[in-house]
Amino acid sequence: MNESDKQENQGMDKGQDVIAKLDKFDELPDAPPKRKLKLSWVGKIATAIVIFWMVIAIIGPFIAPFHEMDMDGDDSFLDAHSNEYGTFVLGTDYLGRDTFSRIIWGARMTIGISLAATFLAYAIGITLGIAAAVKGGWADMSISRVNDAILALPSIMLGLIAIAAFGSSIPILVIIAGIIYASSVFRIARALGLDIMVQDYVEAARVRGEGVWWIIRSEVLPNAAMPLATDFGLRLVFVVLFISSLSFLGLGVQPPQADWGSMVRENLAGLTYNSWAAVWPAFAIASFTIAINLIVDDISAKSGGSLAKKMV
Amino acid sequence: MMLNMVLRRIWIGLATMVVVSVIVFIMTSILPGDVAQIVLGQSATPETLAALRAELGLDQPAYIRYFLWLGDMATGDLGTSKAGGAAISDLIGGRFGNTMLMAGLVAAISIPISVILGLWAAMHPGTWLDRTVTFGTLATISVPEFFIATLMVLILAVNLHLLPSTALLRDDMTFFELLRGLAMPIITLVIVVSAQMIRMTRAGILNVMNSPYIEMAILKGVPRQRIIVRHALFNAIGPIINVIALNLAYLVSGVVIVETIFAYPGLAKLMIDGVQTRDLPLVQACAMIFCGTYVILILIADVGSIVSNPRLRHPK
Repeated sequence: MNESDKQENQGMDKGQDVIAKLDKFDELPDAPPKRKLKLSWVGKIATAIVIFWMVIAIIGPFIAPFHEMDMDGDDSFLDAHSNEYGTFVLGTDYLGRDTFSRIIWGARMTIGISLAATFLAYAIGITLGIAAAVKGGWADMSISRVNDAILALPSIMLGLIAIAAFGSSIPILVIIAGIIYASSVFRIARALGLDIMVQDYVEAARVRGEGVWWIIRSEVLPNAAMPLATDFGLRLVFVVLFISSLSFLGLGVQPPQADWGSMVRENLAGLTYNSWAAVWPAFAIASFTIAINLIVDDISAKSGGSLAKKMV
Repeated sequence: MMLNMVLRRIWIGLATMVVVSVIVFIMTSILPGDVAQIVLGQSATPETLAALRAELGLDQPAYIRYFLWLGDMATGDLGTSKAGGAAISDLIGGRFGNTMLMAGLVAAISIPISVILGLWAAMHPGTWLDRTVTFGTLATISVPEFFIATLMVLILAVNLHLLPSTALLRDDMTFFELLRGLAMPIITLVIVVSAQMIRMTRAGILNVMNSPYIEMAILKGVPRQRIIVRHALFNAIGPIINVIALNLAYLVSGVVIVETIFAYPGLAKLMIDGVQTRDLPLVQACAMIFCGTYVILILIADVGSIVSNPRLRHPK
């Protein structure tokens, strides 16, 4: 271990000492309440459901009893039963594929695409939003006007027009959803940015001679992070609904790949025979989106940061 | 003063429509590339390509094409469909009426239900009734429209045999038959649209309940129900009108799903078919109609909230 490392270590020890001392202040009677995330039991169940689906999305293909494209059932729209290939926990779909396995495979598709699109929306929205807030003037005006026009349209309409023009594939879906939902992220990021840019600490940093990049990195982004993170869940719900609606219309993920929205569409005909093959994937979407909404509700009810909610 | 503000909103609405038309035009006419090439395929000779481009007006610069297109739209010439070559205005004609019929019925049913339930929940905050309504509506707005539609089909049509599982629409139907034929799509849409309206009505009234004059009334000893009906409701009318118009605008996207799932011969179904066959002129026309309706409803919401709020009517 060389000299500089040692110094760094000592520095860290000192830092921990200070933190330990600070912690003691919490025991004083009038200490400010700790910013700790405490969820109600509803919130805890909801968190468990979301984590469950995330895990399924990652390990799904390894644990699913069948492949998403295996046609192992001897007939379509079977109820749950066993045959020589194995057990169909939730029955089979219109091509005799195992519904249970397809839901597990579909989790990766639906959640993966939605997460990718939401991250893209955040990347575009935050970059442009903070840029507009910091730069102001002409740049702000022009980005904001285009943004207003996108917000003035129903997202499904924009999606339909875009798919009519470009066709449908997974990258195109991610890009379309990312751009459409970037508009609402932009609005929040810009509002937060404008708010932070007039604070005293930003003024102080300016007087100190810090550059624009330093201010954005060290003052604006950390202060905007928490409200934007709360909003992430809501945005993800909208994107999941958007993507699965497009898949349901036959314009999103194309068969034979399993996706919750397109699974509902494929198996609609089975409803008349009282088959639940169309209902299970719909339940999967519902459980995921309701759970996220409950978590967001729980967090914003506990913390004062309801800005994101107000701006939806 | 008020007239000025309303006129300003109308101008903003018109400007939005222009921007919307530019977006639709860019996305459907410029980004997809050369339509002549797509129509004729790779093996077309340069001469036939040039001839078709001239015929379609593609040899003109983009902005001139935009204004020609906008002029045609404004005069009711929506172009011809790529599939079959029928005039789009003929295709749209009856479909538009069907969609309006359904939207009108949904609005007529869902508005009274939502205002009453929203009021009721706001009158009894924290009770089991309020909590049921709050959770139920949250659950409804978090799930896709087709989830509710499939559940309704499974329960009402397949298990209880109460209603037909697809929409039925004929010219010679009596009013009762019509209601029964349209019941499934209407019930689905009413549930979807009401959920949001109930939540927003409840929130609007609870918001008004925080104001000082309500506190005064409470301190005076006026019963809660009376406060809500006499004091809070009138001040919440502006926000509620706003909520109603906004949610009828959300109806636009609900209609897309519901018409598809119940095979209802409306405008949205026509548009989805157009998207599937990539019939761009048809998609353009339908998109402009839907977006226009949407912008008009938002405009009504804005004007409604100005007219109903004295502070907005007489700005300082």
